[in-house]
Amino acid sequence: MISMQKVSKVYPNGVVAMDDLDLEIRDGEFLYVVGPSGAGKSTFMKMIYREEKPTGGQLLIDGLDVGKIKDRHVPKLRRQLGVIFQDFKLLPSLTVYENVAFALEVVGADTSSIRKQVMDVLNLVGLKNKARNYPDELSGGEQQRVSIARAIVNKPKLIIADEPTGNLDPETAWGIMEVFEEIHRRGATIVMATHNRDIVDKIRHRVIAIENGKVVRDEEKGAYGYDV
Amino acid sequence: MMFKTSLRHLREGFKGTLRNGWMSFAAISAVTITLLLVGVFALVMFNINEISDNVENDVEIQVFITRTADESSVEKLGQNIEQVPGVSTVTFSSKEDELAKFQDQLGDDAAAYGTVEKDNPLHARYIVKAQDPLELEEVAQSVSSLENVDDVKYGKDYIDKMFAFFNGIRIGGLALIVGLTLMAMFLISNTIKMTIFSRRREIEIMRLVGAKNSFIRWPFFIEGLVLGMLGALVPILVIYFGYDVAYSALQPSLDQLNSDIFKLIDPSTLTVQVSLVLLALGAFIGIWGSTTSLGRFLKI
Repeated sequence: MISMQKVSKVYPNGVVAMDDLDLEIRDGEFLYVVGPSGAGKSTFMKMIYREEKPTGGQLLIDGLDVGKIKDRHVPKLRRQLGVIFQDFKLLPSLTVYENVAFALEVVGADTSSIRKQVMDVLNLVGLKNKARNYPDELSGGEQQRVSIARAIVNKPKLIIADEPTGNLDPETAWGIMEVFEEIHRRGATIVMATHNRDIVDKIRHRVIAIENGKVVRDEEKGAYGYDV
Repeated sequence: MMFKTSLRHLREGFKGTLRNGWMSFAAISAVTITLLLVGVFALVMFNINEISDNVENDVEIQVFITRTADESSVEKLGQNIEQVPGVSTVTFSSKEDELAKFQDQLGDDAAAYGTVEKDNPLHARYIVKAQDPLELEEVAQSVSSLENVDDVKYGKDYIDKMFAFFNGIRIGGLALIVGLTLMAMFLISNTIKMTIFSRRREIEIMRLVGAKNSFIRWPFFIEGLVLGMLGALVPILVIYFGYDVAYSALQPSLDQLNSDIFKLIDPSTLTVQVSLVLLALGAFIGIWGSTTSLGRFLKI
């Protein structure tokens, strides 16, 4: 699914965020990305959805050289993956339904198929009866479910989640992880940056630790490994 | 599907106009003032051009004939003038005709000049028109070298001064309009920037879910267009009805001058043309203002 060969990223101000990083992520894998703040986790995630371009090496997603695609082809790449953030990034003026439908309208889908897909995905995240509510009427966990629904409504094969439980209390975080597990069971590849030790230790998946722009640890069914 | 997307762009474009009410109002006002001046100026210009055309076509050369010339040499002079290249018509006006015209102008005061009838001091003259008003000077020079010509007059200074005055109006007006147009564009581009700023979160999310740049741009493009065209509305109404009013108010008194020169252009076709130009100009200002602010703000 994702193949990185000697990928590096040096920002214009000279900061080295990624240093000849090699990594293979297989189809259908669930990958935790851990590491201290400022170690390059964010850059790692951003390069996958082409918010940042690598300055060296090769980053392939499904055989597509992400670093080389033109700006105008970026939308096509983004339609094939779903991105989820710590701060949900919902539009407050739109209802739950509209927030999710937004991702399909942008692509130009027709109304009837939008309706069906949005209701299906709201059902999956357990928010079917909140479709008409506005984001500020929902709890943090529910808002994150909306943002997950928006990310998966296009049925992407790859989900990028940057600290999806970072703003949630532990109990709510578990609920969110169940949703991710369900998406994973349905065959999606998931790359999740996280600081949540409990989750990484209990729901075991492959773990990579990034420090100073390099992968310093890569374990199947690994543990969080940092003392907080 | 395309239709639905277009509707969405239109809706968002209009929403943007309402969202930044005061900025939109300022931008629309700037366009309104600009186009109002452009419109009024255009009308004035068209009429000035019309009048200067009339003047040019009406300019005559007065050829004063030597008083001592006898009838046959006067006739010969007339034939010679007709031979001069560039001359279109030659009309003779005798001493008596001139006197009659003179007395006519004086009206009741003519009696005071009673003696002139016995000893007419006026010159007989030929009135010459040139085929091309711009060749007037050459024609006048050729004519003045002919025999029995006492003097040649064609109001050169007067015409030159008038054209210089008209040119001054043209240049000053153009400078004013260019300046105002730039200001209107600046205000529109600022308004669009405000809209982009207030919607930056939405734009960020649109990008994340894979919206094409064109999809993001259309609403702003439409917003600019709406601002520009709304700005054209008032000037068009003013031009359309105002010129009609001005025409009906001014033309009757101009008609009393009984001159072929001072005629205003008929409102019917002129106002429609000027209105269309204003609408197009408003749309252009709006689109230009919005696209310049988009470029920098909507990069991936």
